[in-house]
Amino acid sequence: MGEKIGVYVCHCGSNIAGVVDVEEVARWAKEKFPEVTVSRDYKFMCSSPGQELIENDIKDLGLTRVVVAACSPHLHEKTFRGACQRAGLNPYFFEMASIREQVAWVTKDKLQATIKSKALVDGAIRRVINHESLEPIKVDITADTLIVGGGVAGIQAALEIADSGSHVILVEREPSIGGHMAQFDKTFPTLDCSACILTPKMFDIGNHPNITLLTWSEVESVDGYVGNFEIKIRKKARMVIEDLCTGCLVCQEKCPKRVIDDVYEVGMAKRKAIYVPFPQAVPNKPVLDTENCTFFQTGKCQVCQKVCPTGAIDYEQKDQLLEFKVGNIILATGYDLFDARRIPQYGYGKLPNVITSLEFERLTNASGPTNGEILLADGRKPETIAVVHCVGSRDKNYNEYCSSICCMQSLKFAHLAREKTGAQVYNFYIDIRTPQKDYEEFYNRILDEGTLFIRGKVGEITNIPRTAEEEGKLIVQAFDTLAGIQRRIPVDLVILSAALEPRSDSVEVGKLFGIACGAQGWMIERHPKLDPVATMTEGVFIAGCAQGPKDIPASVSQGAAAAARVISKIQQGQVLLEPIRASIDENRCSGCRICNNLCPFTAITFDEIKEVSSVNVALCQGCGTCVAACPAGAISGTHYSDKQILSQIEGILDPALQLSK
Amino acid sequence: MSDNPNNQFEPLILGFTCNWCSYRAADNAGLARLKYPPNIRLIRLMCSGRLDPQFILKGFAEGADGVLVTGCHPGDCHYVEQNYKTMRRFKLLHKTLDQMGVKRGRLKLVWASAAEGMILANEIEKFVEEVRQLGPLNWPKWDKPLEVVADYEVVVEEK
Repeated sequence: MGEKIGVYVCHCGSNIAGVVDVEEVARWAKEKFPEVTVSRDYKFMCSSPGQELIENDIKDLGLTRVVVAACSPHLHEKTFRGACQRAGLNPYFFEMASIREQVAWVTKDKLQATIKSKALVDGAIRRVINHESLEPIKVDITADTLIVGGGVAGIQAALEIADSGSHVILVEREPSIGGHMAQFDKTFPTLDCSACILTPKMFDIGNHPNITLLTWSEVESVDGYVGNFEIKIRKKARMVIEDLCTGCLVCQEKCPKRVIDDVYEVGMAKRKAIYVPFPQAVPNKPVLDTENCTFFQTGKCQVCQKVCPTGAIDYEQKDQLLEFKVGNIILATGYDLFDARRIPQYGYGKLPNVITSLEFERLTNASGPTNGEILLADGRKPETIAVVHCVGSRDKNYNEYCSSICCMQSLKFAHLAREKTGAQVYNFYIDIRTPQKDYEEFYNRILDEGTLFIRGKVGEITNIPRTAEEEGKLIVQAFDTLAGIQRRIPVDLVILSAALEPRSDSVEVGKLFGIACGAQGWMIERHPKLDPVATMTEGVFIAGCAQGPKDIPASVSQGAAAAARVISKIQQGQVLLEPIRASIDENRCSGCRICNNLCPFTAITFDEIKEVSSVNVALCQGCGTCVAACPAGAISGTHYSDKQILSQIEGILDPALQLSK
Repeated sequence: MSDNPNNQFEPLILGFTCNWCSYRAADNAGLARLKYPPNIRLIRLMCSGRLDPQFILKGFAEGADGVLVTGCHPGDCHYVEQNYKTMRRFKLLHKTLDQMGVKRGRLKLVWASAAEGMILANEIEKFVEEVRQLGPLNWPKWDKPLEVVADYEVVVEEK
């Protein structure tokens, strides 16, 4: 065999070299394979000098193949392919052996680790010999982008892309965009009004010439791949003709049916059966809730139709299925609030005046059910208030993770409650976590204001008094870990800072778009540190709380980051795809058609005249299922050919590299 | 093995992973520094659907005592539904192995999503132990000349 192979074994500092004898692996490779022209070990192969090492060897020694034994190819395959390309070698004449993730980090025994590393390198060397020169497939990018979720992350992403001149389709499930941020009163640590900073952005979305806003809509299906996604969106019947509606809201005013608003007002106030969720809603066009509408339930009423000055009410309206072609997708689907009923000892849902964080936001919001007055269920003003941190977070019974926003939110609640009612506020916390700019200063400010902090996880909230002082109060019991005593604090109002949880349907939504969710249900990013907004599916990005709990500044940053990624793709105009595709050798195809039904992308078609099947390269995604199924061996899979894999198996199982006894 | 005072049999396991889920699970297990036996050696495919039955037989023929097939959970396939085809082939392969006198326990199918490094590591550990109990496979190599194969005492395993 005439190949000249360069083998490079990375130390990765001590990450690999601390467990694997890298020098020995490099020495062995050179000794075993006559094709191995040069074999080196180096501290950090991914560093510039490491890459230059490869480039110089390709140029000076005329290497025709390169093997790097280092970390996972998901991390640095691209890096080293780039090095090959710069030195004039086809980047697909490269193979990587993952001796960090698959050996050094998971193996205790150093000797066995070295043997396993050799086996993986052996497989890689034998495989790379059979590699072929390939060119990436170029695909045009459709400039339009789909953004799912109209919370602050989705809004930011939509505006960034639309302002750059490309078209955005923004889909929101609820009647209005705004998300959770629209429900809040003030934002920490600046205490600026949430609506005041959000509504201008919402207004821009509603009026932007480059944004198609579809509220009261959900994505039904997603087909295709990066650059060429085909999307079907179900636009639910509003029963209001949007083009005719002027947003005068006379219908809402005159509608006689009042329904508890479980979404925007979290059950604390009523809305009408035809409604916009809040005054600043975008679009400012109502939705008719047919489940609660008197006309839809009894056949009588039609008040809205009678009072509408433009005749915009249409009781016959049906759901519409809209089709779009987009190049990229951003998922900003947000979070659900933890259901505090799951912690029965906190009494939420049973005890009046035990409320969640979102309920308090509505209570203290000037547009909320009490016009911003913090009142108890019986209309009194509270004199003492408890804020309980970590409700459903940092608790192995519910969610192990920290919801990241609750500390700051609870500090904000303490401030707002004191300011508005003069009440004494107690914050029950496990640890105070204030890691961002100006957050610790905010904590100090709240301390100075006189809020009392008790370090201890609340064990119980009850209304059963033990003393006269506790009569008629809610008693919060916690073990004060700093004082070392049990405390029972009688209060009038308890605010539970409930955890942020993944959307209840996050896994299904992920599946729809071909991305995975972690064990907790948050959508998985491509890399937790270096690629937090991309996903394993090319062209699908995530932003905001869909990816994990985060506050408003972080959600906005991620929205903008995802948008930047999309804009760069649009500007390139084309995307390079891995040339991993199936192809059929017509001369060997017997026309049995076994492969035809195996392809979920309908990429394989049968030519009735020639009686052979063929692969449409544009549709093929390269899974290789047909390759494995062809009884005649007529289908081959680029970069994952039988020859390549079989030779890798031979190398990996080389009897000389059996584990030593 | 140096941490193996009983000088017990160390099975050699060949594992096939899917680029989108189980290969990432292996990355994940590494990142979390989970420890599992070094007996397994993984090969990356784009999809478990690419798994040609001949790869598995080749593995046994090349000296593997067990073969682990991994892929995305049913319904999670990056290529829509190809893991269901893997499942079908897997059942057929088990039957084929029966006919060849190889115990079904030597070929195992495990679903592991990209987040499930822990599951993958645990399954590998379990599988290595299961194959250790089954003992060495000692299949004759395919590339041996015919007369050598004829001399070879083929030990057919009990079902």
